[in-house]
Amino acid sequence: MSNSTLAHIPNDMKFEGTETYVATRDLTLAVNAAIALQRPLLIKGEPGTGKTLLAEEVASALGMPLFQWHIKSTTKAQQGLYEYDAVSRLRDSQLGDPRVEDISHYIVHGVLWQAFECDQPSVVLIDEIDKADIEFPNDLLRELDRMEFHCYELHRTIKAKHRPLIIITSNNEKELPDAFLRRCFFHYIKFPDKETMQRIVGVHFPVLKHELLKEALEVFFDLRDVPGLKKKPSTSELIDWLKLLLAEDIPPEALRAKEAKDAIPPLHGALLKNEQDVHLFERLAFMSRRKP
Amino acid sequence: MLVDFFLHLKARQLPVSTNELLALLEALEARLVSGSLDDFYLLSRALLVKDESLYDRFDRAFGEYFRGIEALPGFAPEVPEEWLELAARKHLSEADRLKLQKLSYEKIFEQLKERLAEQKERHSGGSKWIGTAGTSPYGHGGYNPEGVRIGGESVGNRTAIKVWDQREFRNLDDTVDLGVRNIKVALRRLRRFARKGAATELDLDGTIAGTARNGGWLDLHLRPERHNAVKVLLFLDIGGSMDDHIQACEELFSAARAEFKHLEHFYFHNCVYEGVWKDNRRRHGENLSTWDVIHTYGPDYKLVFVGDASMSPYEIARPGGSVEHWNEEAGAVWLERLLATWPHAAWLNPLPEAHWGYTSSIQMIEQLLGKRMFPLTIDGLERAMRSLSK
Ligand SMILES: Nc1ncnc2c1ncn2[C@@H]1O[C@H](COP(=O)(O)OP(=O)(O)O)[C@@H](O)[C@H]1O
Ligand SMILES: [Mg+2]
Repeated sequence: MSNSTLAHIPNDMKFEGTETYVATRDLTLAVNAAIALQRPLLIKGEPGTGKTLLAEEVASALGMPLFQWHIKSTTKAQQGLYEYDAVSRLRDSQLGDPRVEDISHYIVHGVLWQAFECDQPSVVLIDEIDKADIEFPNDLLRELDRMEFHCYELHRTIKAKHRPLIIITSNNEKELPDAFLRRCFFHYIKFPDKETMQRIVGVHFPVLKHELLKEALEVFFDLRDVPGLKKKPSTSELIDWLKLLLAEDIPPEALRAKEAKDAIPPLHGALLKNEQDVHLFERLAFMSRRKP
Repeated sequence: MLVDFFLHLKARQLPVSTNELLALLEALEARLVSGSLDDFYLLSRALLVKDESLYDRFDRAFGEYFRGIEALPGFAPEVPEEWLELAARKHLSEADRLKLQKLSYEKIFEQLKERLAEQKERHSGGSKWIGTAGTSPYGHGGYNPEGVRIGGESVGNRTAIKVWDQREFRNLDDTVDLGVRNIKVALRRLRRFARKGAATELDLDGTIAGTARNGGWLDLHLRPERHNAVKVLLFLDIGGSMDDHIQACEELFSAARAEFKHLEHFYFHNCVYEGVWKDNRRRHGENLSTWDVIHTYGPDYKLVFVGDASMSPYEIARPGGSVEHWNEEAGAVWLERLLATWPHAAWLNPLPEAHWGYTSSIQMIEQLLGKRMFPLTIDGLERAMRSLSK
């Protein structure tokens, strides 16, 4: 897939995580492999495991511009290349606007167009690709392979000046086509273990009291283990919750495991966003409190 | 060695392609990993496995391959090139082969040889490379798996248990039972099923844009309707040892309820007869006539049974065979009646598929269903949904 006529992202560029992003060894290895071999990197994982943030962090760590493409259920592959805004042109022609003569005024550049024409290597984020139609990934294969596409309205081929690093995220709502997968590197971000989570919290709260962190993580991981939750709290919820705990000046003792087992942790609304989950949890807490 | 490893993965039913093998070669040539087997594991996983539900299978295969290393002939440094040639002829397309030629993998293997030689010396020099000599599960004679380091330094402070041996992705494997952890994945697959079969509607934006582009001539665009059309009748066997599994399944379908156009539950015990229950708690009270159910729901409903199908054969085959009441007609008659009413049907069985052959009632029901019995795993669910959508 590498193409020697394209300027490469320098080989010694390595992503190692940043001051604001904790990347485990398996993740950095996958990112660096994708950089070196110039293949798209597909990232999956539970919501809140830092998939979207990864692209931002890689771009800023390597000093490359980031082009983001957030996918919706109605997004079409063509929109990543360009769109011909025929409706505006029709309107302009009826209003007698002279711009109408030049069709290029009505070609709206998509994310890939912008990245291809960028004067330096860039990062392209295709976020939540599984939201789109099942054919969407296949429709992009050729462009991602060849790093070029044709604009029929302008009779012009847009070629990548530099092959961008492509990071694709998926929440696993749809299976992705095999042909597409074969071209990508793949990494599944597993939910952080305690140690990693501690580091993640560390980058958000450099001066958090050790005691509070310890108790909070205990409560957090216990809560994730409650069977039957519709939505387990994720990293971002943990961080929001910690923010609240700090703002309210909640002491670590209030979270202490012994008491917390049969009580509801303070401000648990930040951890459990789903009403049913809150009910379930309160019921469980209530039941365990009644036990002798 | 890589080709051999690759073939091993294939033999373990990992869907790896030559394209990906080439990527791995390329990655090694680019010196992406500086040596440890751990890194090689991560790198090969990122390149060869594209689905986390296959991580566990990969871990097992990786463990097998690199544990049994001494038994694999391919590890002798002299062989690889011939092999590559051979394997290339067998497995690569013309285009792939051309590509391979451009990669100087001689160089890779040259290097590999050197490293291997170097390590052999060190290895015989002492137990340092093995770690805890004698007690190491790999440590006896021949190569230890560290021998496959592909260059560079060893990472000293790794734990004795290898990542792949921890099997931490076990519960992402979609052939394991449905449980709290994988229920979400199951749900997504169910939703996907529920969204199928929708009609088309007018795409207004598309039509306007198309018409404008067409110079004002009407250009109609249609798109599939977003909402779904699937209707399901769920028959759950309760009151037995399988209650937990069946409840899990019931919850699963309920969670997907919003996605179905209609979803109705009914309970039965062991086999369906003339009456079913709507409310599990009142199963000895209010009985719903199965005939009424048959007359209420149209043939476009999909019929899903969940149960272990384990009972005495009489309960299926004979009038009066039920353990709970006197049934005028045999369970099989009722099952056939239901299947004739709703031809799209599947039976989900929480018992492991491998055990089905040992219970005659399971075989009888499987036969009645025309082989459409599936295990209650994500994979089984997927197969069931596929069969239902036919
Ligand atoms: N590895 C990490 N390092 C630092 N912060 C993280 C990490 N993972 C998650 N977070 C926090 O969680 C939030 C959610 O991450 P996000 O990238 O939106 O998740 P996803 O895209 O996987 O749903 C981030 O904004 C950040 O605050
Ligand atoms: Mg995201």
